[in-house]
Amino acid sequence: MTAIKCIDLCKFFQQGDVVIKALDHVALDIEEVSFICLSGPSGSGKTTLLNAIGGLDKLDSGEVHFDGQRVDQLGKGPMADLRLHHIGFVFQAYNLIPVLTAGENVEFVMQVQGISVKERREKSYAILSEVGLEGMENRYPAQLSGGQQQRVAVARAIVSQPRLVLADEPTANLDSETATQLMDLLRELNERHKVTFLIATHDERVMRYAKRLIRMQDGKIIADEIQEVG
Amino acid sequence: MNTNTLPVPAMMRLAWRNLWRNHRRTLIMLLAIAIGVWAMIFMTALMRGMVDEMIRDGIDSLPGYVQIHHADFRDDPSIDNSIQAPGPELLSALENPAVAGWTSRVRVPAMISSERDSRGITLLGVDPAGEIALGFDLDNMVEGRFLENPEDKGLVVGRKLLERLETGLGKRVVVMSQDPENNVADRGFRIVGVYKASLESQEEMFVYGGRSNIQSLVKMGTMVSEIAVAGHDYRAVDDLLTIITEASPLESEVLPWMELESYLSSMMNMMDGFVLVWIIVIFLALSFGLINTLMMAVFERIREIGLMQALGMRPSSILYLILMESLLLLVLGLLAGNILAIASILPLREGIDLSAVARGMEMMGAGSTLYPALKLRDLATANVVVIVLGLVTSLLPAWHASRYSPAEAITKI
Repeated sequence: MTAIKCIDLCKFFQQGDVVIKALDHVALDIEEVSFICLSGPSGSGKTTLLNAIGGLDKLDSGEVHFDGQRVDQLGKGPMADLRLHHIGFVFQAYNLIPVLTAGENVEFVMQVQGISVKERREKSYAILSEVGLEGMENRYPAQLSGGQQQRVAVARAIVSQPRLVLADEPTANLDSETATQLMDLLRELNERHKVTFLIATHDERVMRYAKRLIRMQDGKIIADEIQEVG
Repeated sequence: MNTNTLPVPAMMRLAWRNLWRNHRRTLIMLLAIAIGVWAMIFMTALMRGMVDEMIRDGIDSLPGYVQIHHADFRDDPSIDNSIQAPGPELLSALENPAVAGWTSRVRVPAMISSERDSRGITLLGVDPAGEIALGFDLDNMVEGRFLENPEDKGLVVGRKLLERLETGLGKRVVVMSQDPENNVADRGFRIVGVYKASLESQEEMFVYGGRSNIQSLVKMGTMVSEIAVAGHDYRAVDDLLTIITEASPLESEVLPWMELESYLSSMMNMMDGFVLVWIIVIFLALSFGLINTLMMAVFERIREIGLMQALGMRPSSILYLILMESLLLLVLGLLAGNILAIASILPLREGIDLSAVARGMEMMGAGSTLYPALKLRDLATANVVVIVLGLVTSLLPAWHASRYSPAEAITKI
C-alpha cells in the first residue's frame, strides 16, 4: 500500500544568475514498511527531496500526499503536527539537543506529544536498550561517541512509532564499523517496528542495505530499482 | 492529550539549561540587569525620600492632610469668613482612628512692628497641643519656647522674621489687625520663641500666638478660621476626606492638601511620573544587552531550533521557549537587583548626611539629612516594568527564532 505519493515535485534555487534545479519534476511512490535509499552525488537533490516529503521546505510546485491526504500545502503549525505524530528524522550531525540527556532527547518528541512521564520513561528506556544504549540514559550527547549519538537519534526517531523515518546521510560522520552497526540496526527496526525508512546517502555500503534503491542526479530520478538484500 | 507544545516544566528545564550553556555571557547579563534594577530602586528611594520630606514638611506644619474652613475663606481670608469651633458631630468624627491629629486655629492677616521695622504677616492663633499633634516639630524651636496653651500671651516668630525686624527673643512687638467692624485691633506681645522652617518664606510669614488671645484681639469670640486634620498616609486622603466632610457644617468647605498646596501636589505627581521615566530609561539601556544576549543565544542554536521544528515543535513553541529563557534571565536579575537595592537602602535608614549641601537642599525645601524611602509601589513598578518590557523586548529574538525555515536552519553552519 502506498504511504507517500510525490507528484511532479519541483524546487529551484537561484544562485546568482543561475537557476539550480534541486528537484526537477520528481514523481515517487513510497510503499509502507519500505526500506529505501536515495543515492546520488552531492547536489543531486536527495536532501531537498527528504525535506520536501518531511515538510521542512516549501516546494515551488508539485504535490506530496501522506496516506492519501495532500500535505504540501499545510501551514507551519499543522505540518509540525504531522511530523510530530507521523515522521521521524535522523540527520547527519547535530542530531541531539546538547542540554538534554540521551533519555531526555528520546523523550523529547513524546513530551511534545503530551505523553505521561511514566509512559515515556518506559518507552525511552526500552528503545535505548533496543539500540544498544542501556545504562546510558543519563549521559549528555557530549559524553557519547558519534555512533552512540546517532543511535540515540534513531531511538528518538522511532520511539513514538512514526509511519516514516527520513534519514539524511546518517552514517556520514561514522567510521565504517559503526556505520555498519547503525545500518543493521535500521534494517532491524524497519522489520520489527514496521516503520518505513527513506535514507539519503552516497555511501555504497549503505545502499547495499536498501530493498529499493533510487538514484538521483541533477534533481531528477534517473533510476529506481528493487534490490536483493543479503 | 494532544497539546503539541512542550509542557511548561519541560520548557522551563530546557530554558534553564540553555541559559547556562554560556555561563559567562549569562552572568554578565545578570550582573547588568541586577545593577540596572539596583539603580532603579536605589535612586528612586533617594528621590522619593527627598520629595517625601518636602511634602511632609509642607503639609505637616500647617495645612494638614484635610482642612475645613468657610466656603468663602479661600477667596477672602478675613474674620467674616470664620467657622464655629468643632461641634459634637465633628468632634466625634475627629476621634476616628483615621485621624492622626487635628487642630483648630485662627488665621488673620496682620502687621507686626518692632522698634526698628514693620512687616506684613499671617497671624495664627493656635492651640499648641493641637499643632504638635498635627505635626509641628518642637525640634524646630531654635530659641525660647513654643506656646504652652491657647491662653499663652507670648508670640512665636520665625528666625527670618526676627532678623528682618532686627529684634530678639524677649523683646516686645506690636501686632495690628482688624476686628469684624473693621476697627484697628492692636496689642503688644513679647517674643517667647523663635522657630525655623525649611523655607525662609515660611519663617517670615507665619507668627504663632495663643488662640484665645488672638480671638480676643480680633473679637472673634470662639470662632476659628480653619480646622486642620492630619491622617496617616498623605497619599491616601480620600477616606479621611469623606469622614470629615460628612461631619462638617454645611457652610464649610473641606479640601484635601492636594488642592490647598497645589505646588506640593504637582511635585508629587511629577515625582511619580519621573520615577516611571527613570525606570524606563534605565531599562532601555538594559534592553540592548538583553536583545544582544538573546540574539546571540538564538544565532548559536539555529541548527538546534531547526531540529526542534523538524521533530514537530510548532513555531509558537519555539517562541515560548526563547521567551521563557528571557523570563528566567529577567527574574534572576530582578531577584539579585532587589536584594542588592534593599541591602544598600536598609543601612541608610537613619539618613544620609547632606550637610555639605544643606543650603541647596534647604532652597528646595528639603532638610540636610536625606532619608531614602523604599516604597512597595516603586519596588513593584520597577519589577513589573522590567518583566513586561523585558518580555516585549525579547519578542524580537524569539520571533526571529520561530520564523526560521527548518530546512535552512538545520543546514546553517
